[in-house]
Amino acid sequence: MSPPASPPHHPAIEVRGIHKRFGDTLALSDLDLVVPTGTVCGLLGPNGAGKTTAVRILATLTRPDAGRAHVAGFDVVRHPDEVRRRIGFAGQHAAVEEGITGRENLRLIGRLHHLGARGARRRADELLERFGLLDAADRLVRAYSGGMRRRLDVIASLVVRPAVLFLDEPTTGLDPRSRNDIWTIVRELVSEGTTVLLTTQYLDEADRLADDIAVLDHGRLIAAGSPAELKAAIGTRVEVTLADADQLGAAAAVLAALTGGEPVRDEPERRIVAVSDPGRPVALPGLVRDLDAAGVQALDVALGHPSLDDVFLALTGRAASDGPAAGLGLAAAAVAP
Amino acid sequence: MSTLVPSGRSRPGDAGGPSDAAGPSGDGGPSGTAPGATGAPLGSLPPVSRAGRARFAISDAWALALRVLLYYRHSPGLIVASLLAPLTMLLIFGYIFGSAIRVPGDAGYREYLMPGLFTLIAANGIMPSMTGAARDAGRGVTDRLRTMPISRSAALFGQTVADLVVSAAVLAMLLGLGLALGWRAHDGLSRAAAGVALLLLFRFVTNWIGVGLGLAIGREDTAAQLSVLVFPLAMVTNVFVPTDGMPAWLRVIAEWNPISAVAAAARHLFGNEVPGTAAVAWPLAHPVAAALAWSALLLAVFIPLAVRAFATHGR
Repeated sequence: MSPPASPPHHPAIEVRGIHKRFGDTLALSDLDLVVPTGTVCGLLGPNGAGKTTAVRILATLTRPDAGRAHVAGFDVVRHPDEVRRRIGFAGQHAAVEEGITGRENLRLIGRLHHLGARGARRRADELLERFGLLDAADRLVRAYSGGMRRRLDVIASLVVRPAVLFLDEPTTGLDPRSRNDIWTIVRELVSEGTTVLLTTQYLDEADRLADDIAVLDHGRLIAAGSPAELKAAIGTRVEVTLADADQLGAAAAVLAALTGGEPVRDEPERRIVAVSDPGRPVALPGLVRDLDAAGVQALDVALGHPSLDDVFLALTGRAASDGPAAGLGLAAAAVAP
Repeated sequence: MSTLVPSGRSRPGDAGGPSDAAGPSGDGGPSGTAPGATGAPLGSLPPVSRAGRARFAISDAWALALRVLLYYRHSPGLIVASLLAPLTMLLIFGYIFGSAIRVPGDAGYREYLMPGLFTLIAANGIMPSMTGAARDAGRGVTDRLRTMPISRSAALFGQTVADLVVSAAVLAMLLGLGLALGWRAHDGLSRAAAGVALLLLFRFVTNWIGVGLGLAIGREDTAAQLSVLVFPLAMVTNVFVPTDGMPAWLRVIAEWNPISAVAAAARHLFGNEVPGTAAVAWPLAHPVAAALAWSALLLAVFIPLAVRAFATHGR
């Protein structure tokens, strides 16, 4: 039985009705996802939302209980080896051998991709030079910093330029500079035609890198679209800073009535944020008048475009920083209740 | 527009393409140059023939063997460390307890002990393999390998064979030390070589046991704690003292312990046997056959188990 030829115009990733259950936990429920070739898709969600499970299924590591998934035109369950020839994968750990050098790690991966000893050597040298790891190339990975290790890990997934690259939280725990390095690598790859699916808890990462964002919560896809579309789908962001924290309750009542959304309080900053329902305009004079009528003394009132944090809040009813995944997102502190 | 559409020439489904239904260890892989090197459309790869897959399986195993060998090259201290356990045992049993231990026959206790220590090296294959496999599984290395088009069994064979090479060096050092201390193989070179081969075979067996258990455990710290249990496993044997004097129930366990069969076989082939007293269990009466049978049985159980654990890790 030969694997089927790829359909003539297949998207890089096509997921239809994937279910996955681990014991009592429903990890993914009826997931649909299409990622066009040459784009970056950001899979966004809190810890436990099912992001990693989705990536593992697409990278042939985990089998779905139901549904179909195609990567680079091949079914991940029926033809995993054809998929494996076409993907790169960097999981949540820096999966590099610590007891050998960075150069040796890349050569090993090259050999396993059947480039031959000489081809693997050449490719390793190219990558080390291109991604600025030449100085550390012959040091043991054990001596690398976390950022360098992670960079090596991502580079290791590029030894054979993959048609589809999976990155599971590629920048979690990295300093801003290392994050920027990884972002640069991703952008370069995409400019060469690679399709990238990355999971992230960082909203700004998704905002900056992704053409499309899929928001997962409790194993379900709750929204999908470009960052702009997602932001447009919710209304105006209202932010009020108070003179007195005691008035947060009164202000919350005003904002709730005005926006239809659920206001989020930031006690120490005496700040309160709400996002209006779509199609429900909020005007500044009305807001000021209502606050005044409620006896709330506002130091600062601002209306603006929602951030992805606000999108997340509106979609899931809680800030991205809620729950186990503390410390998420750029503006997480600003919207933390 | 998709840029991933394979061109007609290299369409993966054409002419005898690979079939991942054909075998448990389908080996894909670009048979020519990497797409990254040629600038061909990403994802457009030629099919891999059956012969190509066999070739790749060998090169995959070799690549992963190299990984282990490089690891030891950067940390030669590990080889010295793996000599420490048998050396400590040699000191404690050969020179401390041994001064009070009498074994039947003319030869001294150390003559009896040395093949036991060689066997200890063979039996200790469980520990490094188990912690290594658990570390790979815990740190995502196993997952990374599993997303690559490599043969599942070749990946593990490479590691176990590489460990065997290192173990052979360790065994050679201990053999040299034994000779320096006066231990001798009395029955000729060919029987001595057979003894060494048997010891290495058993090391290969314990490597596979370790890899299987390590992948099943999946956590380095747990594996490290469990590896302490290998010690009693090696003690309830004839490695240090003959089984004759043990209480009956313990004696049964010791005599049916595969490690005992290997130690007895090594003594048999090296000509270091002591005259037995009472009737011993079948494995010790036929030590070479028993050691080979145990090895075959354990490999038949643990190779499929390890390959399966690798292929389904985290599934």
